[in-house]
Amino acid sequence: MRAAVSLWLLWTLLPGTVSAAATTPTDPLRSPNWAAMVERHLNGGPVVFDERVQVRMPQTAEDPMSVPVEAVVEGLENIQEMRLIADLNPLPLILIFRPTHADPFIAFRFKVEQSTPVRAAARTADGVWHVGGAWLTASGGGCTAPSYGSGSGLWRDQLNQVSAALWPRGEDASRLKLRVMHPMDTGLAAGIPVFHVESLSVEDASGRELAKIRTYEPVSENPVLSLNLHYRGVVDVRGRDIQGNRIRARVAP
Amino acid sequence: MIRFNSWGLALGLMLLAAVRAGAETSFDYGLEPQAVADGVHVLLGRTEHFTRENGGNIVNTGFIVTDDGVVVIDTGPSRRYGEQMRAAIARSTGQPVRQVYLTHAHPDHFLGSQAFVDVPVAALAGTRHSIRTRGDALNSNLYRLVGGWMAGTEAVVPAQVVEDSTVMIGGRSLRLIALNGHTTSDLAVFDEQSATLFAGDLVFFDRAATTPDADIDQWLHSLERLRAIDFKVLVPGHGPVLRDAAGIEQTRAYLGWLAGALRKAARNGMDLNEAMRAPLPPEFAKIAVIKEEFERSVIHLYPEYELETLAPVSR
Repeated sequence: MRAAVSLWLLWTLLPGTVSAAATTPTDPLRSPNWAAMVERHLNGGPVVFDERVQVRMPQTAEDPMSVPVEAVVEGLENIQEMRLIADLNPLPLILIFRPTHADPFIAFRFKVEQSTPVRAAARTADGVWHVGGAWLTASGGGCTAPSYGSGSGLWRDQLNQVSAALWPRGEDASRLKLRVMHPMDTGLAAGIPVFHVESLSVEDASGRELAKIRTYEPVSENPVLSLNLHYRGVVDVRGRDIQGNRIRARVAP
Repeated sequence: MIRFNSWGLALGLMLLAAVRAGAETSFDYGLEPQAVADGVHVLLGRTEHFTRENGGNIVNTGFIVTDDGVVVIDTGPSRRYGEQMRAAIARSTGQPVRQVYLTHAHPDHFLGSQAFVDVPVAALAGTRHSIRTRGDALNSNLYRLVGGWMAGTEAVVPAQVVEDSTVMIGGRSLRLIALNGHTTSDLAVFDEQSATLFAGDLVFFDRAATTPDADIDQWLHSLERLRAIDFKVLVPGHGPVLRDAAGIEQTRAYLGWLAGALRKAARNGMDLNEAMRAPLPPEFAKIAVIKEEFERSVIHLYPEYELETLAPVSR
């Protein structure tokens, strides 16, 4: 028994283990998948865990098809890009957000298959990913269930239709909330191929990019997204889904 | 000395764990029918969430003794509950069960029906439809929440459909009142002889209302209908039995506030998580599990309010 303990101690002190821990800081959420997430979805790092990056959501998924989440960065300047990742989802990457002329803030809903850490990674100009996150408890099934739209066939008439509104926030800022009608099928439900919105960009009247979003399979059906733009006035929304269907909308305050 | 104390603590904790495990594995709900009016009894559940400790017994069920057997209102959260309820009825009345009414298709109210398969079990048509289409999913979900208490439980589709009507059973006149709002179909049962109103989950008292299938406007309308009934005893679906309308008033006040808060948040462009952070008025602070249920309600209801504020803008 004592020999086994010593062997275990020796194993944990092996040089290989120590050097791996030095390049990737210890994950505060202790996820078995974190190293793979850094490799696959954060270009291998560098990564720091940073409390200024926050994921806000309920602790438990009331509806695994639609978990409300907010990713917020407070007190960090020059955020180039934000990525939302659920380590233990079969398709972990949820969304990429470029807040060109917008707050480093995005709110939306996503699908979850089982309990998982949910991360927001914010890349600063020096290339470092600042990561915050939280555990979400879920009973699952959100990713492998068909969308309601695919079940009913109703979506065909309304595919990529946008509903939206702008709320002015001060002199030169506004909240944009928009919904795109789309089944957002993950491809994991039997017999229903993957089909989701791929990109959305928000531009001002002169065509200047205010924000750009890439959406992936886990974003909920008929996505509703909230952004805080550094701009007040009419905005254009342009996007497409993975079959090349266009999304076009103009939103006036 | 310190070592001795920590060992003592560890031993104590182990014993405590063993006692708790023992209490759970006996799966005894400890059902004690309480007489609330002449021939009318209620089995009071706890004002909690579903847990592995309470086995799903967070619900009020009841029964009415007539000259021709016992009328049961709701069968509880599990097969075990239904069986223990039926045993408790036999113990306290010595009468056979003659009829069962289910108030609505939520798992804590109908999953005990296996204990009554030899008796007519009746529900509104919408309730029957919901149990048929969603009963298995609700059963497995409750199993996940409360564990072994649910062993052997299966959803039973009620064989009998009732409508808004008055029935006479063993000399007692029972008004079956078809309402909706908490779910698509909510049955209230009024015993005219004792003026006891079984409100089902249209009324919660000192336990926060749940809204996974709710339509608040319809629910408020149904509460108006219940308010107009001249009852002496009010049995809410969750929370203590009342001699006045306090449960109706509290449920109405909370739902009214909830709808107003969500509408206001949506009109201000709030995201769902932001709407969830709305402060709860102090008047609701004493209601059990209010914060958790409010957050769940935002998830259930907010998308509809939000859509009202978004206009079609496709080009």
